[in-house]
Amino acid sequence: MGLTIAEKIFDAHRVDRPAEGIETIRLDAVFCHEITTPIAINDLMARGKDRVFDPGRIKAVIDHVTPAKDSKTASQGKVLRDWARRHGITDFFDIGRNGVCHALFPEKGFVRPGDTIIMGDSHTCTLGAFGAFAAGVGTTDLEVGILKGVCAFRTPRTIRIDITGTLPEGVFAKDVILSIIGRLGVDGATDHIIEFDGPVVSAMSMEARMTLCNMAIEAGATCGICRPDQATVDYLWPFIENAYANHQAALEDFKSWWPDPDAVYAETLVCDVSDLEPLATFGYKPDQVRPVREMGDVVVDQVYIGSCTNGRIEDLRAAAAVLRGRRIHPSLRAILSPATPKVFRQALAEGLIEVFMEAGFCVTNPTCGACLGMSNGVLAEGEVCASTTNRNFPGRMGKGGMVHLVSPATAAATAVAGRLTSARDLR
Amino acid sequence: MRNFGGKVLFLDRSDINTDEIIPARYLTEMTKAALKPYLLEDLALEEFDAARDLAGVGTIVTRANFGCGSSREHAPWALEANGIHLVIAESFARIFRQNMFNCGLMAVALAPETIARLFERFSGRATRVAVDFPGMLFEFTSEGIREEVPFTLAPFDRALVEAGGWVEYADQRY
Ligand code: SF4
Repeated sequence: MGLTIAEKIFDAHRVDRPAEGIETIRLDAVFCHEITTPIAINDLMARGKDRVFDPGRIKAVIDHVTPAKDSKTASQGKVLRDWARRHGITDFFDIGRNGVCHALFPEKGFVRPGDTIIMGDSHTCTLGAFGAFAAGVGTTDLEVGILKGVCAFRTPRTIRIDITGTLPEGVFAKDVILSIIGRLGVDGATDHIIEFDGPVVSAMSMEARMTLCNMAIEAGATCGICRPDQATVDYLWPFIENAYANHQAALEDFKSWWPDPDAVYAETLVCDVSDLEPLATFGYKPDQVRPVREMGDVVVDQVYIGSCTNGRIEDLRAAAAVLRGRRIHPSLRAILSPATPKVFRQALAEGLIEVFMEAGFCVTNPTCGACLGMSNGVLAEGEVCASTTNRNFPGRMGKGGMVHLVSPATAAATAVAGRLTSARDLR
Repeated sequence: MRNFGGKVLFLDRSDINTDEIIPARYLTEMTKAALKPYLLEDLALEEFDAARDLAGVGTIVTRANFGCGSSREHAPWALEANGIHLVIAESFARIFRQNMFNCGLMAVALAPETIARLFERFSGRATRVAVDFPGMLFEFTSEGIREEVPFTLAPFDRALVEAGGWVEYADQRY
């Protein structure tokens, strides 16, 4: 019987079956940030188990609230910083070098096809774009990961989604994943891994695949996953050039993770995107999705571009292409948080930051910031935000605030128009 | 092992997410106890009043996909800080469900028909549930009415509840 990508990864990492249907796997990496890790650290200390399984396999970043906004967030950063020093965790990214975890860690080359990764953050599923099994976990799982380098999961079951057709001009990976979530529902993939495949995925950049996998959790999935291919090799090449004779050799090796032709899926869906339009969410759940054109007249108070979903260079390029030579509507404010320092620098070098600033955007340092309503652009009660992030839950970006999830191009067009508008309809 | 059962709070909505259970703005807290006042502060449910409705509650009964969204274990901790050790629902989001058992708490799924019947018979009334853990049985009672509902736990979940959580379990085993 053939195997899916996740099944192959589990086979290569299984250390135990503690009970029927449960598999404990060895972890290649444990990623950490300052919101969920300090509690794990404090708890390990309280239990007299302040140890790490392998400092070289632990990567940590301060990204959610940075620079610290108050004494409490400063303490969270300090607990993480002190711990990293104490245990010789050298891949620790403090202010000046930090960025949104799921954008930063791939950029540093910390993810490989076939890897197993956990992090105390639900959007860890982003990293499946590289053909890795990467799952968000809670603090207790994180603690055990830090201590023992293992984590237990249910035996993987995979939903395969073949994305076919041609992506129309002005429609992006964000619109694709919103449409898929709309179709699956917020629990349509619970306890499953989603394998994204098909010609549209093969044609996507790694950035776009990360956007796709990022929101797999919004359909309840444990992980989104893409087969590693030439694009994966090219992206990772600077980090793997010593391991392989050439690109071709790397690709051959990566292919060992490809799903078998006779792999067994819990479900297979085909999603033709040829007629897809720019989409937006309309309610408080990410599966409440409809075309921007059918949204009616939605006046917006704030536009936010950034996050692990859409804060990468391609996203900034798409938004800047809409903004070039235009100004944001006087009735709203707009914020850009490039996801990492590298993205920020590249955007500077390409003149994109100038475009955003000319248009009237506030540009912040790389951080999660407004995405989870902790800093850098929190909404007031009753305010409406068009955002390139991944969650429109009640209060997500500020108590009493409303969030419409959109692509960077739609966010930029909305900033210019003052109301929800796709770039196609911008006059 | 914890105490399970007590006064029941019925939350008649699906897809209650972890941002509603404990909003991100309180994730700066580094102790469980500090989360206590903020449980369900952003719950989008008409006529729900956290201050009034959470008093003395030990168990939540709700609909589908409870705990979706963020991985924050603050969600089970905020429940625990309020004395809520048991959530009964049609279904749960994966991470939330695992977090509950990892903490030695219980997230028990029952068939949609059973949940619907519990809502019909008991919601809006003062209801308590008693839990017979070895017998895997809930007993719901309210002024003169009573219903026994069997439940099942996967062996691994049961082991975590008995061990008091995943850290001790894993440290001994791996
Ligand atoms: S950008 Fe938003 S969704 Fe992504 S890790 Fe940060 S807070 Fe979470």
